[in-house]
Amino acid sequence: MRIPCPYCGSRDLSEFVYHGDAAPKRPDPAAENASELFYTYVYLRENPAGPLRELWYHASGCRSWLIVTRDTRTHDIAGAVLAMESAS
Amino acid sequence: MTRLGSGGLIDRSQQLRFTFDGKSYAGHAGDTLASALVANDVKLVGRSFKYHRPRGILTAGAEEPNALVELGTGTRREPNTRATTVELFDGLVASSQNRWPTLALDLLSLNQLLSPFFVGGFYYKTFMWPASFWEKVYEPLIRRAAGLGRASGLPDPDAYEKATAFCDVLVIGSGPAGLMAARTAARAGARVILCEDDFRLGGRLLAERVEVEGRPGAEFARSVEDELAAMPEVRIFRRTQVFGTYDGGTYGALERVADHLLAPPPGVPRQRLWHIVARRCVNAMGAVERPIAFADNDRPGVMLAAAVRTYVNRFAALPARRAVVFTTTDDGWRTAQDLIAAGAEVSAVVDPRREVPDSIMAPLARSGARLLRAAKVTRAIGGSSGVKAVEVAQGGSLLRIEADGLAVSGGWNPQVGLTTHKGSRARWSPELSTFVPGSLPEGMRVAGAVSGDYGLSACLRAGHDAGSAAAQDCGFAAASPDVPRAEDEPIAVAPLWHVTGGRGKSFVDQQNDVTVKDVEIAWREGFRAVEHLKRYTTLGMATDQGKTSNVVGHAIMAELTGRPMEDVGTTVTRPPHLPVAIGAFAGRHRGRHFKPTRYVSGHDWALRHGATMVDAGQWLRPQWFSAPGETDWLTSVIREVKTTRLAVGVCDVSTLGKIDIKGKDAGVFLDRVYINRFSTLPVGKARYGIMLREDGFVMDDGTTARLGPMHYVMSTTTANAGKVMQHLEFYHQVVWPELDIAMVSVTEHWAQYAVAGPRSREVIQAIYGTAADVSNGSFPYLACREIMLGEIPTRLFRLSFSGEMAFEIAIPARYGESLLGELLREAVGRGGCAYGTEALGVMRVEKGHVAGNELNGQTVVRDLGLGRMASSEKDYVGRIMAGRPALVASDRPTLVGVQPVDSKQRLRAGAHVLALGAATTAENDVGYVTSVVYSPTVGSWIGLALVKGGTAQVGTRMRAYDPVRNGDIEVNLVSPIFVDPKGERLHG
Ligand SMILES: [Zn+2]
Repeated sequence: MRIPCPYCGSRDLSEFVYHGDAAPKRPDPAAENASELFYTYVYLRENPAGPLRELWYHASGCRSWLIVTRDTRTHDIAGAVLAMESAS
Repeated sequence: MTRLGSGGLIDRSQQLRFTFDGKSYAGHAGDTLASALVANDVKLVGRSFKYHRPRGILTAGAEEPNALVELGTGTRREPNTRATTVELFDGLVASSQNRWPTLALDLLSLNQLLSPFFVGGFYYKTFMWPASFWEKVYEPLIRRAAGLGRASGLPDPDAYEKATAFCDVLVIGSGPAGLMAARTAARAGARVILCEDDFRLGGRLLAERVEVEGRPGAEFARSVEDELAAMPEVRIFRRTQVFGTYDGGTYGALERVADHLLAPPPGVPRQRLWHIVARRCVNAMGAVERPIAFADNDRPGVMLAAAVRTYVNRFAALPARRAVVFTTTDDGWRTAQDLIAAGAEVSAVVDPRREVPDSIMAPLARSGARLLRAAKVTRAIGGSSGVKAVEVAQGGSLLRIEADGLAVSGGWNPQVGLTTHKGSRARWSPELSTFVPGSLPEGMRVAGAVSGDYGLSACLRAGHDAGSAAAQDCGFAAASPDVPRAEDEPIAVAPLWHVTGGRGKSFVDQQNDVTVKDVEIAWREGFRAVEHLKRYTTLGMATDQGKTSNVVGHAIMAELTGRPMEDVGTTVTRPPHLPVAIGAFAGRHRGRHFKPTRYVSGHDWALRHGATMVDAGQWLRPQWFSAPGETDWLTSVIREVKTTRLAVGVCDVSTLGKIDIKGKDAGVFLDRVYINRFSTLPVGKARYGIMLREDGFVMDDGTTARLGPMHYVMSTTTANAGKVMQHLEFYHQVVWPELDIAMVSVTEHWAQYAVAGPRSREVIQAIYGTAADVSNGSFPYLACREIMLGEIPTRLFRLSFSGEMAFEIAIPARYGESLLGELLREAVGRGGCAYGTEALGVMRVEKGHVAGNELNGQTVVRDLGLGRMASSEKDYVGRIMAGRPALVASDRPTLVGVQPVDSKQRLRAGAHVLALGAATTAENDVGYVTSVVYSPTVGSWIGLALVKGGTAQVGTRMRAYDPVRNGDIEVNLVSPIFVDPKGERLHG
């Protein structure tokens, strides 16, 4: 698999570390139900068949965290953006 | 000898000697082992997997199921090598497999008499009962009787390497389609990689008597090769099999760099594993011929018809002097023509079809061969020395035709493997009676026989078109069309899968000894889906993955179930398309080189000073230093500890992770990743910190120092340096991108040394001289400062892991060794020494500091007695989850010290802690000993343990039970701090 790093260009899978679904956001620790929110954030994940925005770390490259859009059925990669610059 | 006097693509001027089963033979440059055996009239080359049936050479390619040999001797003995693809070299040593004591007299062929036990499903039925018989009786019996080659059992002496190549267009296969694809794409300007499994380019052009542009096929192939070789953007990989299609246009290929040599030359790998990254791919892998199942169709001398043509035309070796051709295809008839042209006799051509075009039969009209239509071969007659005659059924009568070879053509199977590796299925073509590629992986085109285009002219055109389209996809303008002139030979096929009626076994899968009867048994017993058929009979599960057998087996199942082939389908194949040695996948990652080795700058210095090194993650660290006369490690370690506690010791701590963190928000960031505060830390001070994972468990600990208002330097444990960096980057880039910080790992940039003990200050002062005042008043416990040592920047910290007054001094790594030398000289002058990780560990356990054994991913800060460090006035990573009920429960195992009641007894890490008198059951297990050292300060073995309700249990006597090493001793639970519990020495 090849991942298009915005800094480094198309690079081999072996340079990256997988983290998983990019959707969960760290909840507000001051929220009333923070412990529930954190439980969901830490442990619960959807497992969709299809395109998924997920986090990858370019460990053997520029050390950027990327949001990569990958189709979980085919491993087709639609693109990658820097997590820091991702609006979501 | 059956070598022809002329013709072929062998170099008769070069004679190559080789041995097969100890007997010496000669071949020529350009031969394969199989062709040289054919030329030497060797018919019997192996014994079959289950029944030990005599077997010969069936094919001339990588799909060979039978002619598997052991190649080489000693450490280089390679089992299950296909003789058909082994390039002959001088001195080659090959031997047959799976026979005992010799190939001709194989006593285990008695297995044939036991054959009722070996039928379909035999693994599942015969050996099920009684269960105890499996291990003792059946398995050893089967392992001895069945099986193929023997692994050498010795370390592989050769090197393997991995490499990556990039191209616009990857062309797989160099037959007419592949050559044209490569030439057309290259002429358009594309960067082309052409991979060919064979040692010579040309594919079937080398094996058929065909003409392209009025020249012999092999000559045409040579001219295209010459043109490609002269183009700078073209790379030709010979002896390279593409074995897998992977994601994103990546292909796996194995280059046999030195397999055609007696041994790899110095510095040359035996094989090279390629990752080929291609924007487009033209798959021109071709097709393999398939056999027909009839009684005793596995006799030596029965060979696929196209293979016969290969041996005759390419290798000038006659597989038979008097042959019968059994064909359901038009092209099978050409085998008869080629044999006759080479001077052999053809007794008969047997074709089950009623109608065969005159144009095909005419050339044989005056050959003397009997041309039998609507006829089938029912049995091959002969034994281990080869075919003697062929039994043919025609119109209700049985004929016996004398022959010493039988050429069989049952049609063609496109090599669809690489098109299915990403999950698509091959599609049944009723017109071609075979499976052709279904949907293709992105970026791949197929051209030629692999897509069912068998004719030569069709292949040339398809290759040209695919190469042109692939180049255009990559942005290159199409070159002007140039398709060479050639004929399309007749290629009609009437499917015939098996012939009934003959007496004897009819083999479908010759490598796994699966017969037509086995398929019938699977059908009768309900294993009718092809994936069930495969597992029940082992059809297609051998090293050849059923390249010649799967379709035949599936077609027989289709007949039995009365379902069309498109419904029956075919099994999924996975990479590798051909066997690849594990060594090639491992590459250079063997033994010591499985992972990189990282050396501290004081490595050589340590070796010169008697150090024994130890792995610490990827690093090598001094474990202890043997002084003259010391012969056991404990003596050295005890001396190092005592010397440090009494005078001074120097220890290399360069491997600890170091992360430089700068920015306006650095303090805020550290407050969020550590459980304690760092934003309030004054400049010039250091503080011990603990960070958690978001799930609440302890991740790592270390000291972070503030060098400036916006500048911190963090230290991590050696083992977690990379993980912590990734963790910090995650929280910075993903969770809090708004924070204004930047960080970089500086682990390798700084060498760092701990100087510990009551005389450590003298050593440090001696190093700095007047450059710095390191007295307690000026440089107290937990102070830090950047100090110039001449022109060299250094960082000095007052930190202690040992409990003694101690300093850590960091210097740019290139000065590490020289500073280390000076530190030791100053230390030795004061009665000090160097110490290693063992003494470091002893002193940290004596002082009750936790390390990797306690920071094991299952402990929370309270477990470690560090709960009071956690700030209640801020949020931090892991805070919320650490509050889960189970993580704050009062009966969690917590840190205590353990000490044997009898100080002479040895405590062991890993021992379980039980109440005195409690039965040794899992329910009574209240904890375990995490770390154990011999403490010269205490005078006994001591340890740290995690024990339920531990702190409250201090003062009780318990039992440390270690069944693995027969340890069972009484211990006192004590405070984990064995030395200087008030911490007075630190502040001295
Ligand atoms: Zn990158």
